[in-house]
Amino acid sequence: MSNVVDMRAQLASAALPSPVLTASGCAAAGRELDRFFDVTAIGAVVTKSIMTAPRSGRATPRMAETPAGMLNSIGLQGPGVEEFIRKDLRWLRERGARTVVSIAGGSVSEFAELANRLRHEEGIAAIEVNISCPNVESRGQVFACDARAAGSVIHAVRRHTSALTPIFAKLSPDVTDIADIARACVTAGADGLSMINTTLGMVIDTDTMRPALAGITGGLSGPAIRPMAVRCVWQVRQALPDVPILGMGGIATGLDALQFLLAGANAVSVGTAVFNDPSAPWRIHNELAAALADRGFRSVADAVGYAHREEVPS
Amino acid sequence: MSTFGRPTKAEPGPLQVRGEVLAVRRSGDYHVLVFAAPGVAELTAPGNFVAIAVGGQPTAMLLRRCFSIHHVDTAGALGGTVEIVVDAHGPGTKWLVDRAQGDALDVIAPLGRPFSLPKDPVPCVLVGGGYGSAPLFMLADRLRERGCRVDLILGAATESRLFGVVDGRRRASSLTITTDDGSLGVRGRVTDVLDGILDQHGGQVIYGCGPMGMLAGLAKVAEQRGIVSQCAVEEAMACGVGVCMTCVLPVVGKDGVTRMTRSCTEGPVFFGDQVRWDAAGTVPADCLGAPVVEGGATSR
Ligand SMILES: Cc1cc2nc3c(=O)[nH]c(=O)nc-3n(C[C@H](O)[C@H](O)[C@H](O)COP(=O)(O)OP(=O)(O)OC[C@H]3O[C@@H](n4cnc5c(N)ncnc54)[C@H](O)[C@@H]3O)c2cc1C
Ligand SMILES: Cc1cc2nc3c(=O)[nH]c(=O)nc-3n(C[C@H](O)[C@H](O)[C@H](O)COP(=O)(O)O)c2cc1C
Ligand code: FES
Repeated sequence: MSNVVDMRAQLASAALPSPVLTASGCAAAGRELDRFFDVTAIGAVVTKSIMTAPRSGRATPRMAETPAGMLNSIGLQGPGVEEFIRKDLRWLRERGARTVVSIAGGSVSEFAELANRLRHEEGIAAIEVNISCPNVESRGQVFACDARAAGSVIHAVRRHTSALTPIFAKLSPDVTDIADIARACVTAGADGLSMINTTLGMVIDTDTMRPALAGITGGLSGPAIRPMAVRCVWQVRQALPDVPILGMGGIATGLDALQFLLAGANAVSVGTAVFNDPSAPWRIHNELAAALADRGFRSVADAVGYAHREEVPS
Repeated sequence: MSTFGRPTKAEPGPLQVRGEVLAVRRSGDYHVLVFAAPGVAELTAPGNFVAIAVGGQPTAMLLRRCFSIHHVDTAGALGGTVEIVVDAHGPGTKWLVDRAQGDALDVIAPLGRPFSLPKDPVPCVLVGGGYGSAPLFMLADRLRERGCRVDLILGAATESRLFGVVDGRRRASSLTITTDDGSLGVRGRVTDVLDGILDQHGGQVIYGCGPMGMLAGLAKVAEQRGIVSQCAVEEAMACGVGVCMTCVLPVVGKDGVTRMTRSCTEGPVFFGDQVRWDAAGTVPADCLGAPVVEGGATSR
């Protein structure tokens, strides 16, 4: 028996040669990481969430290291969708990388406008909808924390996106029942779900005796949140057995990635680990291939959700 | 005013290599860490930095620590060596200076935009605050090779926090020292002596590396005199390679527009007149994409 594992992954209609992707906001638009590994070899580059207009982001300090993780409060700094299309998307297309474009907005109409603007652009494998943004029309309530608000964003994006382009709703773990939000997004037309975004945290600098971040609170990421992320993937896979899941949160090794597949993710994103090791996505691809082979899996697909199987009495 | 040679070709990318510790030695309050890093020395220009993973694997310290490259030797053992100067104060830097000869290091280098060198052999004044002097000695050598006169100013809070006094005497035409407490050299700040040195030797370019306040001071002096300054900044960096957007500061572009600019890739060396020093740590209201104040037409 050959121990070569079929590493292809499927995210709704998007066929990828690898189940390992970058994570939004942790890979810019792929160009910087291409100096460390071939970005066309991984599943896809997930780009930093883009908004309609240029955005400065927050003041510094924007980060604080925490045990096995970090807090960030970047504030969605970006050049706006026009420059993104002109420069970043073009580079990715010419480089031959598969691209998942992440979009973010402060209102349902901004999300719709973004989807519309991207609709006729070539080279987009999928759209990831970052609904972990404050809704400026609802006193800053985060879309992802309210099933109705999340649903209306997804509905609007779906309406303005070609049926050939899958859209993934990116869920926040900061909710009581993540399966509830997941269901609302799928009902509104999401083809798949990405999870998890960062979870809200805070660090106080004991020298200045003030919050360490200029933004006061920040998003916690890295291995510290991995068990929470695996739990979310598990719960959503149970609630929605057939919906494609892009899992992420603290993946730093092939075995970490394997946990996500076993819990029900069809593919994974590698975020914060890139800061420690810029070649992490490709390294994790190889480690995952070896880990799957060791366990006798012939393909990525065979491992997806495998931890949910019925206990066989021995 | 002098013109500067900027690298025109796409620069060869940084390397991620397994380094090996060759020596750790003390220098005042600092440690000099010498390690083999195959291929790095050839690519390094003064002002480049390294990002080193700390804590061993697996570790709770996820983020690399960044250090200016102090010295490189292409002919060194094991395919070239690199030296950095470490001020051990937190867990990552303490871990680094506790390394022993033969220990492995995961190194990414060279990173960032280096200092630009003047095309003409103009006199230059180099100013280092504390361990900020680390990259200036390589720079002094490059400048002198081009026929530039190099005057060096080293400043620190106290004598033990100066770095490179002996080296400075050898490698610069003149060395001036300032300490806040007067324990060595002139009591005061580097900016107190800067004008005098510039007057005396006709300095046309100021190069600086050190705390933000000092760099802001250098940039101001340069502006007042209509000369050029180049400053290497030190912003907290999560990735060091340009993908996370944590290391930004407000910088004015050629088009006159201020943007929150990455200091790891567009810096760490900036021309002094590009940086909005007063606004560092904030997002100035006229910055591209700055939040519109409450009551404005749009709010995102
Ligand atoms: C371009 C550049 C060049 C530098 N050159 C030198 C040098 O030559 N010698 C030297 O001793 N130090 C240098 N530093 C600062 C050095 O990186 C920090 O002192 C070090 O990261 C602190 O790590 P720690 O674990 O000891 O401290 P901690 O305070 O525990 O660090 C926690 C986190 O904050 C970040 N951090 C804390 N302080 C700084 C800082 N001042 N600058 C950047 N990140 C920080 C760390 O990277 C880490 O992620 C440089 C920094 C930059 C960005
Ligand atoms: C610095 C930083 C910036 C991020 N920016 C975004 C973003 O723009 N959009 C988004 O959907 N998620 C963003 N994220 C969240 C990540 O994509 C990911 O969901 C989260 O960090 C968990 O994965 P990780 O532990 O592998 O990083 C960001 C994370 C970090 C650390
Ligand atoms: S440190 Fe990550 S972009 Fe500069």
